[in-house]
Amino acid sequence: MAILEVKGINKTFDDTLVLKDISFVLEENQVLAIIGSSGGGKTTLLRCLNFLETPEEGEMWIHDKKIFDGLENKTLSEAQIRENRLHFGLVFQSFNLFPQYTALGNVMLARQLEAKSKPDYGKNKKEIEAAIEKQAKELLTQMGLEDRMDNYPHQLSGGQCQRVAIARALAMSPDILCFDEPTSALDPELTGEVLRVIKELSERDNTMIIVTHEMAFAREVADKIIFMDDGRIVEEGPPEQIFENPKSERLQEFLQSMITV
Amino acid sequence: MQTFMEQLPTVIGALNVGFLQTLKLFVVTLLGAVPLGLIIAFGAMSKVKILKVLCRGLIWIIRGTPLMIQLLIIYFFPGLVLANNVWGGGETGRFIAACVAFIVNYACYFAEIYRGGIQSVPVGQEEAGMVLGMTRRQIFFNVTLLQMIKRIVPPMSNEILTLVKDTSLARIIAMQEIIWAGQAFMKGSQGISGAIWPLFFTAIYYLIFNGILTVLLRKLEEKLEFFQ
Ligand SMILES: Nc1ncnc2c1ncn2[C@@H]1O[C@H](COP(=O)(O)OP(=O)(O)O)[C@@H](O)[C@H]1O
Ligand SMILES: [Mg+2]
Repeated sequence: MAILEVKGINKTFDDTLVLKDISFVLEENQVLAIIGSSGGGKTTLLRCLNFLETPEEGEMWIHDKKIFDGLENKTLSEAQIRENRLHFGLVFQSFNLFPQYTALGNVMLARQLEAKSKPDYGKNKKEIEAAIEKQAKELLTQMGLEDRMDNYPHQLSGGQCQRVAIARALAMSPDILCFDEPTSALDPELTGEVLRVIKELSERDNTMIIVTHEMAFAREVADKIIFMDDGRIVEEGPPEQIFENPKSERLQEFLQSMITV
Repeated sequence: MQTFMEQLPTVIGALNVGFLQTLKLFVVTLLGAVPLGLIIAFGAMSKVKILKVLCRGLIWIIRGTPLMIQLLIIYFFPGLVLANNVWGGGETGRFIAACVAFIVNYACYFAEIYRGGIQSVPVGQEEAGMVLGMTRRQIFFNVTLLQMIKRIVPPMSNEILTLVKDTSLARIIAMQEIIWAGQAFMKGSQGISGAIWPLFFTAIYYLIFNGILTVLLRKLEEKLEFFQ
């Protein structure tokens, strides 16, 4: 059964449609790669999934639960939106780490705040804090950052920052982890270490949506590719089909341009 | 004719009284302007049009005119134009009027600093908090606030050091701050007249006080240097 179903999303900015009738499904443990030239609406789509933008129309379903409906959206409370949003995680292009927290602090913060707002926190404070710290340390170790946990973001390389950001997103145990061009803010020699951890995650039964310009990477990790252009899904299918047998002219042009650069 | 050493205790005593008044004006202005500035800053960034226009208008007027005029108007306007001297007579009235003028004036300068600080924190910080499920309140207090403080401390330090010197403007409505106290010995007071040196001594008070403040504010800046 599909973990995510997106139906007929329309999103406008200042009267221009930037997402046009976006619909797709994603199965559990699948990796979806979204490709396409810039300005095509890829970032906006991820932002809609993470409730940072509100589509005017369309629906989003997680398993059998409707988490977004363009018609009913205004009636949702902030707390409900927050709960729905936690089905997703988002790794930003520019990391957006919190500069005043260490790597470990960045990974723990949201969990700590969540725990503090619960009534049983006072009684079990020690155990709760210890569990949060244990989880954060495991995640950072998984990201290969066991000796960087106490460093502040400005003391880390771009690749290390992005790996902290991935650990931070994983800490909330999202059903679907989204990446918005996770390596395009990095120096070329640092992209490998980030792509490697994302690939590892894909092998560990994580459901992910990855917007990327790394075509070889998309082909390698994705179970499914969506090609977006001008706010539309122009073509979708398994990687072999998209890369070896592109049907639309736009996709053929796009793949051609990716080779020549 | 008294000798300098005989005059000194009299002068120091008078200057201490004046400096206490200066210090009171300084502290009250800070206590009032720091929070009022925040309110004006939020008003100036408000989505409510009238509030925004009012706050920006106030900032524009206050920052566009000399504090000395503001002091004179606030002190004399109620009595002369409205025929109701709300300040009452005497030093207490002058002190309260000076506090009002200074608080409003400095709140407007602080508001602009706050606004710059708030707007200089990238939206990505708030968005990162939101996708992690934090509430707006949690994001403000745990993510953005300290970054704002880090950015506003240096410009606030400048304003605070300026405020120390600006308190002397209260002299224009005859508030008895330290310069008023020093100057009294030129005209003649407590048996001393025509003496300019007490005025030099007032400068030393300012230098020492600002020196201490500079060190403290620098310490605060250093405390915030652990992140970038
Ligand atoms: N906040 C915004 N306000 C107005 N227009 C926007 C905004 N964000 C994105 N857009 C526009 O929406 C279109 C899609 O942008 P984006 O989703 O960033 O594309 P991509 O990530 O594929 O490069 C672009 O034309 C862009 O200019
Ligand atoms: Mg983008």
